[in-house]
Amino acid sequence: MSVTYLEAIREAQTYLLREDKRVFLYGQDIAGKFGGAFKATKGLAEQFPGRVLNTPISEDAMVGTAIGAAMEGMRPIVEMQFADFSSIALNQILNNAGTQYWRTQVPCPITVRLPSGGTKGSGPFHSQSMEGLYSHYPGLVVLTPATVEDAYTMLIDAVAIDDPVIYCEHKYLYYHLKADALPTEKLPIGKARVVRPGRDLSIVTNSAMVHEALAVAQQFSADGIEIEVVDLRSVKPLDTDTVLASVARTGRLLCVGEAFPWGGVTAEVIARVATEGFHLLDAAPARINAKDTPIPYHPNLWSEHRPNAKTIAAKVRQVLAE
Amino acid sequence: MLQTAERGASASKKAPHEKYLEAFRIMLQTRIFEDKLASLYRGGLITGGVYIGKGQEAVSVSCGIFLQKGDVFAPLIRDQAGRSAFGEPLLDVARTYLGSRSGPMRGRDGNIHRGCPKAGQLAMISHLGAMIPVVVGKLLAKRMKGEKGFVGLTTIGEGGMQTGATHEGMNIAAVEHVPLVIVATNNHYAYSTPNDRQFACADLVDRAKGYGYEGSSVDGTDLTQCLEVIGAAIKRARAGRPPQLVVASTLRLAGHGEHDDASYVTDDIRREPFAQDSLQRAEQLILEQELLDREGLQQMRTELAAEVDEAVSTAQQEDAPVGSEEDWCAVSTRELVDQIP
Ligand SMILES: Cc1ncc(C[n+]2csc(CCOP(=O)(O)OP(=O)(O)O)c2C)c(N)n1
Ligand SMILES: [Mg+2]
Repeated sequence: MSVTYLEAIREAQTYLLREDKRVFLYGQDIAGKFGGAFKATKGLAEQFPGRVLNTPISEDAMVGTAIGAAMEGMRPIVEMQFADFSSIALNQILNNAGTQYWRTQVPCPITVRLPSGGTKGSGPFHSQSMEGLYSHYPGLVVLTPATVEDAYTMLIDAVAIDDPVIYCEHKYLYYHLKADALPTEKLPIGKARVVRPGRDLSIVTNSAMVHEALAVAQQFSADGIEIEVVDLRSVKPLDTDTVLASVARTGRLLCVGEAFPWGGVTAEVIARVATEGFHLLDAAPARINAKDTPIPYHPNLWSEHRPNAKTIAAKVRQVLAE
Repeated sequence: MLQTAERGASASKKAPHEKYLEAFRIMLQTRIFEDKLASLYRGGLITGGVYIGKGQEAVSVSCGIFLQKGDVFAPLIRDQAGRSAFGEPLLDVARTYLGSRSGPMRGRDGNIHRGCPKAGQLAMISHLGAMIPVVVGKLLAKRMKGEKGFVGLTTIGEGGMQTGATHEGMNIAAVEHVPLVIVATNNHYAYSTPNDRQFACADLVDRAKGYGYEGSSVDGTDLTQCLEVIGAAIKRARAGRPPQLVVASTLRLAGHGEHDDASYVTDDIRREPFAQDSLQRAEQLILEQELLDREGLQQMRTELAAEVDEAVSTAQQEDAPVGSEEDWCAVSTRELVDQIP
């Protein structure tokens, strides 16, 4: 048996619905036989009557409703059809969910699933990576699982967390990643993972870019250069300790992110390493992100817009040459 | 559509509503309290703004007075009377306005942005319309948990009715068929903007049909009507009817906040019937129907003023929050606090 990243998300939701009466799913086109734009909830409405609910196309009200339900003791999981449409719900997520506990001491345990990131042909409005934007605001936990195993355990953990969680699942990984089976072990939320040990340079990255980084590390290994790859897993909280430990081993840092370049996760990681671990660095830290334009539709443009193995490798060479 | 008695057809002939005196007392307390808050503000003793519901007390009190334990109330800017009717202690209000660390918001939020969700009263965020779906979610969850007989009520202004959030929230409430009452007060101004720049339909209550709500209109200056119409809407929602939209007509008899002199309010509009003061009208009825005599009224006023003074002076003596002692942590899960160097 094998499990894809998408199936792991479905299995996690099945588990949650089965084990926790407080859980219900709320989103567009997720119910009935249809089971969601990406089929992440296929079969669940039949299996769990009354707990997988289709909503009107009202992102703001979907999240608002989930907030109310969470404050009343439920554990709603909201599915955005695409991460990009969560912009409509920014107000509820940032200003209502993100402030609720601070203001009233009443926790707001909602989980918002964001089908994120680029796939070719998806264009400006179906490709965005929004983890940096959500992390900027207080009161939210922001997760970016990069493996089948993490997709499964981190979604289950997300629902158990008493705070609002933005769960960024990468659409490219839905079908491309497979594991032999569902995991039986897990790393806690908030811990980064060294997915490949190295000695010469650390690539710190998250989500689908973990796999681009691994491919680049593989190439360099043939030439005797060992790149360490750190998968952040959780963007907020950010595991600064694991990043610093990696930089302590390699002395060189390259941050890779699929999101837009201004600010964001890569900038945050570099800021932390510069302020906490300046003495560990043998070269100036570097970063590579998507370009500062909307995400293009055409595959030729799209593959150049986001970091890819070629552009990452060029950056690696640059940092190593310093 | 359910339409109510014509404006001005005062209930002088029939017996007053059973909650009339109780409601009046809360209205009067609100007026005294808000006058006090306004004077504290003018004296520089309140940081931030003061937003009062002068003229809107009859509508607001009617929103809170029929709600029970287990119900959900999401008040907005001009709902001091409703909040008090729902059971919010005056001391909570004084503490919030005066920035006491002992208040429900502990200095983290102020003025009208307060609440006690555990007691069923949500703490509004500023963004108009945003509380509607939150009430929907509370009601949906109550139904999922098997609770029965509950209702949710939230208020909004004719300006707030124009946000996208309000539209989404109203619609999703009807789709979920939750027992919700929305009381929209058309007080003819949204900050400085009159209605003709806010909406172009003849009457906001006409929207009820479009959303699948039952709609009713009420003269917001007439306490009897407010109690009857809002009370009936709450009863219908509780009984499983579709969501209810009540549109009340008033004039905002104060500035948007106490910083605002409302000089943009025209003389013409001040002469409209909806510009009457609901508190004055209620007082008149009380004297006419001999529910209280002048002496009784005066005694009530004295008692209420003492309650208000007590709440204010208690809050004034309490400590303010201190930055160095604050728990600067926005998530409840300690181990997930981001440790920013
Ligand atoms: C979405 C949003 N935009 C702007 C504001 C700023 N604002 C606060 S109250 C207000 C006017 C509200 O008018 P109305 O809804 O008619 O209520 P009223 O003040 O008359 O009671 C405005 C513009 C806000 N709170 N929310
Ligand atoms: Mg208004």
